Amino acid sequence: MKGKTIKCLVWDLDNTLWNGTLLESEEVTLKDRIVEVIRELDEKGIVHSIASKNSYEDAMTRLKHFGIDQYFLYPEIHWNAKSASIDNIRRQLNIGIDAIAFIDDQPFEREEVNSVFPEVYCLDAAEYGQLVHYDCFNPPQVTEDARRRRKMYQEEIQRKEEEENFQGPSESFLAGLNMELYITPATVHDLARAEELTLRTNQLNATGKTYSYTELEQILTSPDHLLWVCEFKDKYGSYGKIGLVLLHISEHNWHLEMMLYSCRVMSRGIGTVMLNYILEQARSCGKTMTAGFRDTGRNRMMYMAFKMGGFTETGQQRGDCSLLSHSLENIRQNPAYIKILTQY
Amino acid sequence: MEVKDKIRAFIVKNMSVWDDDIVLADTDNIFEKGFVNSLFAMQLLNFAEQEFNITIDNSEIDIANFSSVSNMEQLVTRKLLLLHAR
Repeated sequence: MKGKTIKCLVWDLDNTLWNGTLLESEEVTLKDRIVEVIRELDEKGIVHSIASKNSYEDAMTRLKHFGIDQYFLYPEIHWNAKSASIDNIRRQLNIGIDAIAFIDDQPFEREEVNSVFPEVYCLDAAEYGQLVHYDCFNPPQVTEDARRRRKMYQEEIQRKEEEENFQGPSESFLAGLNMELYITPATVHDLARAEELTLRTNQLNATGKTYSYTELEQILTSPDHLLWVCEFKDKYGSYGKIGLVLLHISEHNWHLEMMLYSCRVMSRGIGTVMLNYILEQARSCGKTMTAGFRDTGRNRMMYMAFKMGGFTETGQQRGDCSLLSHSLENIRQNPAYIKILTQY
Repeated sequence: MEVKDKIRAFIVKNMSVWDDDIVLADTDNIFEKGFVNSLFAMQLLNFAEQEFNITIDNSEIDIANFSSVSNMEQLVTRKLLLLHAR
């Protein structure tokens, strides 16, 4: 496992998380020091879930008894195939299948999962004590956003529940969320998170390029560049720093070298809001506007965002990216229910 | 259902910003009717590709093609004709 960062570790329960089989006896005991492993990964921003063939009620009761139920998001505890469970977890978390690891004591279950999803990194239960040393469980930087990741997912679950229970037009629901998008110049304190965002965001990165901390540090001091970070908040709390904009400034033109945002805010239309804001700023500075796009096979959503935002192909290349341009006419108004702020 | 009806049904079903009683004409610009973000356009693209078993190229991702029921229908119909011609 090189280079790839795991975002979610899916646990089997019987003889993996605990010793014993719950169906046979309630007297199961947690594996030695396993809670420390779970906690350590959780603090690094890797979330946990469960794929176990058990009775949901009984298993959750045991997890609560051990005081660790809050660590597991979207647990899949039933009798269906574990590949299906992992697919559900992936969809709920909105992450790529290759960002999932699965730990189980039974070779059959690991093979079943890999037969459907070869990209899932399968681990033998015996390895649990070593996990914290594996590269794929060690993101290069552990940011504030990473530490809060599980909490942010849990806030998201609460949001969805309220949204589903809300009766009435969704326009007024959205207005009641008090959504605020902060778009501010990056500071040195943002760089670790900025690097992490470029590494974690695959589907919503217009060029697929990642930037190291050092590269971002240079960009920050470059007079030819603007680096903005976006933080998104609503009445439930902050989503953290979820977006990044890198502009190359020349005398008459702004070139959007990179724009990315986290898939957690996709359903709020944040990509469109960010793009409209950039366009408005370029227009008020009297510049022309271009943007780079490189097809990575996974980021079609960004191409869509550019084209629906009014960009057109120039037919030219810039580096390994195709060059798009925008006339800065007819920039669409951002919706009134999202407030854009440029300072805290 | 015809191509057009399927497209309209998808748009109406997924554009929850609209009141239930709004009628969507074939040539209404959906981007002007309500705030349509690129995410919705992407859902529409994925729907069209799966429903009609076609592949829409990046060069066809254009605001004009996605802006109304008729324009989307024309794009899909053109792709279907190309498929059958092969």
